[in-house]
Amino acid sequence: MDALQQYITLYRDHAAEVCGHAPEVLNRPRPEAFKAITGLDLPKIGAESFDVTSLPDMLAPDYGVNINRVPFAADAAEAFKCGLPNISTLLALVVNDAFRPTSSLLRNLPAGVTVTSLAKAAEADPDLVGRYYNTLAAAHPHNAVTMLNTLLAQDGLFVHIAKGVVLEKPLQIVNLLNPSAPLLTPRRVLICLEEGARASVLCCDHTASGSAPSLCCQVTEIFLGAGARLDYCELEESNSDTGRLCNTYASLSDDAELVADGITLMCGRTRNEYDIDIPGQRARCRIGGMAIAGGKQTVDNRTTVRHHSPKCESNQVFKYILDDEAKGSFYGSIVVDEEAKYTNAYQSNRNILASKEAKMYTRPQLEIYCDEVKCSHGATVGQLDATALFYMRSRGIPEAEAKMMLMQAFMADVIDSISIPALQSRLRQLVERRLAGHNDLCSACQDSLCQDNL
Amino acid sequence: MQNENLLEVRGLRAGIGDKEILKGIDLTVRPGEVHAIMGPNGSGKSTFAGVLSGDPRFTVYGGEAKLGGVELLGMPPEDRSHEGLFLSFQYPVEIPGVSMVNFMRAAVNAKRKYLNEEPLSASEFLKMMRQKRAIVELDNKLASRSVNEGFSGGEKKRNEIFQMAVLEPKLSILDETDSGLDIDALRIVAGGVNKLKTDKNATIVITHYQRLLDYIKPDFVHILYKGRIVHSGGPELALELEEKGYDWIKEQNQ
Repeated sequence: MDALQQYITLYRDHAAEVCGHAPEVLNRPRPEAFKAITGLDLPKIGAESFDVTSLPDMLAPDYGVNINRVPFAADAAEAFKCGLPNISTLLALVVNDAFRPTSSLLRNLPAGVTVTSLAKAAEADPDLVGRYYNTLAAAHPHNAVTMLNTLLAQDGLFVHIAKGVVLEKPLQIVNLLNPSAPLLTPRRVLICLEEGARASVLCCDHTASGSAPSLCCQVTEIFLGAGARLDYCELEESNSDTGRLCNTYASLSDDAELVADGITLMCGRTRNEYDIDIPGQRARCRIGGMAIAGGKQTVDNRTTVRHHSPKCESNQVFKYILDDEAKGSFYGSIVVDEEAKYTNAYQSNRNILASKEAKMYTRPQLEIYCDEVKCSHGATVGQLDATALFYMRSRGIPEAEAKMMLMQAFMADVIDSISIPALQSRLRQLVERRLAGHNDLCSACQDSLCQDNL
Repeated sequence: MQNENLLEVRGLRAGIGDKEILKGIDLTVRPGEVHAIMGPNGSGKSTFAGVLSGDPRFTVYGGEAKLGGVELLGMPPEDRSHEGLFLSFQYPVEIPGVSMVNFMRAAVNAKRKYLNEEPLSASEFLKMMRQKRAIVELDNKLASRSVNEGFSGGEKKRNEIFQMAVLEPKLSILDETDSGLDIDALRIVAGGVNKLKTDKNATIVITHYQRLLDYIKPDFVHILYKGRIVHSGGPELALELEEKGYDWIKEQNQ
C-alpha cells in the first residue's frame, strides 16, 4: 500500500477510536486535515527542500499507531534515567506521546505555570487550549507531516506560562520512544508564553534500548506573547532505527524573543522543519543547529523565518559534521515582507565532511521585499583545516586527538550561544564522547559526569 | 650514553609533488650549538624546516635525518615532537575554539604518555604554565584565549617561544622568527630563546637578515641556495652577507 495511504485508511476505518480517545479540541481539526492529506503526494528525494529525506521511504514501513491508548510498560520508562543534566526538580517524561510528570515536578511548579498532558489540558480548559491549538499548523495544508500529525495526534505536551511569570529553573522534558512493536508516534506539543513570561525548555529525545523501530512525527506550536522569552532546546540522541519528522511552528508578538536550538547527536533519519513567523515588532529570534552524523544517518533541517513587521532581528546558525556515508541538508530561508523595515536577518551554514563518502546539501536563501534591511547569508562545506592540524601535531598532539579538538572547536560557537550554562558544559562532554565514537550517549548520562545540577 | 651529534642530516632531498626543492642537504648539529641558516627567498629554508618536522605538504625523496640517533623521516609529526624536535612557525596558526590551555595540556600529556609518564595534575600543569609564561612575558589573558586568535604578530611569536619553553625540546628550529616583529618584541623573543639555551639542547635559526643574529648569537652560519648549503662558516659569514647581499652567492653558484 502507498506509504501515506495506509495511515489515511487507518483513520478512515478507525476515526471513532482515534477521536474517542482524544479531547474535543484535538478532534475538531481532524476532518480538515483528512481532506488536506487525501490526495497529497509525499515528497521524494529531489522535491524542493528534500535533498536527503524521502518521506515515502520513511513512512513506508508498516508502523502501528497506538490509537486505543494502550499503556506501555511503565517500568521501562521509570528505569530510564536521563540525567542530562540532572534537573530533578522540573523533570517530566513523555513516553511516546504520553505525558508522565515526576512527583517533584508536580510539587515544584510555581503558580501560573502549567506543564501537563496536552489531552488533559484540553479537557480541563478547552477554551485556553482551543485558543492556540492548530492555529499555526493549519496554515500548512500541503505539509504531509503536519497534516498526518493533526489527523492522528491524541496527546503530547502542554506548557503554559501565565502573564508576567518567570520560570526560573529550566524545564526538562525527556521524550522517550520505547515501543515493543514498530510504532508511529504522532506527538503534539503546545507551548504558550503569555505577555512578559519567560521560560527555558529542554527536550531530550531518546529511544530506549531494545525497542522496536519507530517513527516520531511531531508538531510543535509555540506562541510568544508581547515581551515573552522562550529558550527552547531540542537534543536528539536516538538511534539508527529511529525516524524523526519534527515540524516546529512559532509566532512572536512585539518584543518577544525565541532562542531555539536543535541538536542532533545520534539519529537514524531526522528531518526538522522550523517555520517562524514574526508578526510583532522589535521581536528577536535565533535558531541554532548542530548535527553530528555518521554511518548512514541523515540529518535534514529546513527553516523559514518570516519577518512581517519593522525592527526585528533573526539569526540562524547551523553546523554539521558528517562522517562515513552520512548525509546532511540545510535548506534555510529568510523572508522579509514589504512592511518589515529595519530588519536584521542573518543565516549561516557551515559544514565539515570528515569522509569522502559523506555528503552535504546546503541552500541558504533570502527573499527580501523591502528596502532598508540588513540581511546576509552564507554557507561553506569543507574539511578540517590542514594547517591547523599540522600545527597541533607538530606540538605533539596525536592526529586523532587533534582532529577531535578541531571538530569540537568547530561546534564551539553553537554550544557557547546556548543559554543554559549547565547544558553548555554537558554538551561539550557529549560532543566529545560522540566525536570519540561512543554510541552509548544515553548510558553516559548515568555516569558521574552528568550530575551537574542546573 | 648521549649521542654526540644531536642532529645529523645526510643527503636530504625533498620537495612538493615532483618539484624538487631540497637537493641534497648535509648538516650536523651538536648539543649546545646555535646554527643559523640564511639564504635568499625561495632557496628552501622553510622547506627544510617543514621536512624535518614532518609537514605533510612535502615529499621526501631521499637521505636521512637523525635526531639523537633516531631517524625522523617517516615518523609522524607528533612523534618527532616527542623525540625532542620543535618548530617555531613563521606564521603561527590561529585555531579558533581551541583554548591555549587545552592545546598545551593535550601537547604536554601526549608527550608524557609517549615517554610512559603519568599525566600532569591540573595544579602541576597550571604551575608550569605560569613559570613558562614568565620567560616570554606572555600575558595570562592570552593563555585563556583561543590559540593565536586575535594575537598581534609579536604575541604570536612570543607564544611560539612559550610553547618551546613548555615542551623543552632538544632541537628547536626557529623559522623566520624575526619576521613581523618590532624591536621590543624581537628582544623579548630572543631573550626567551637565550634563557632556554643549555649545553644539552641546540637551536637552528632560519632567517633572512642578520638582525636577529645580533640577539641570538650563532656558532655556525650556513647559506642555503637552490636547495643546497653552498657556504658554511662562523658568525662573521652573516655579517659578510649583510654587507654584500646575496648577489655574490648567486654569482658564485651560477
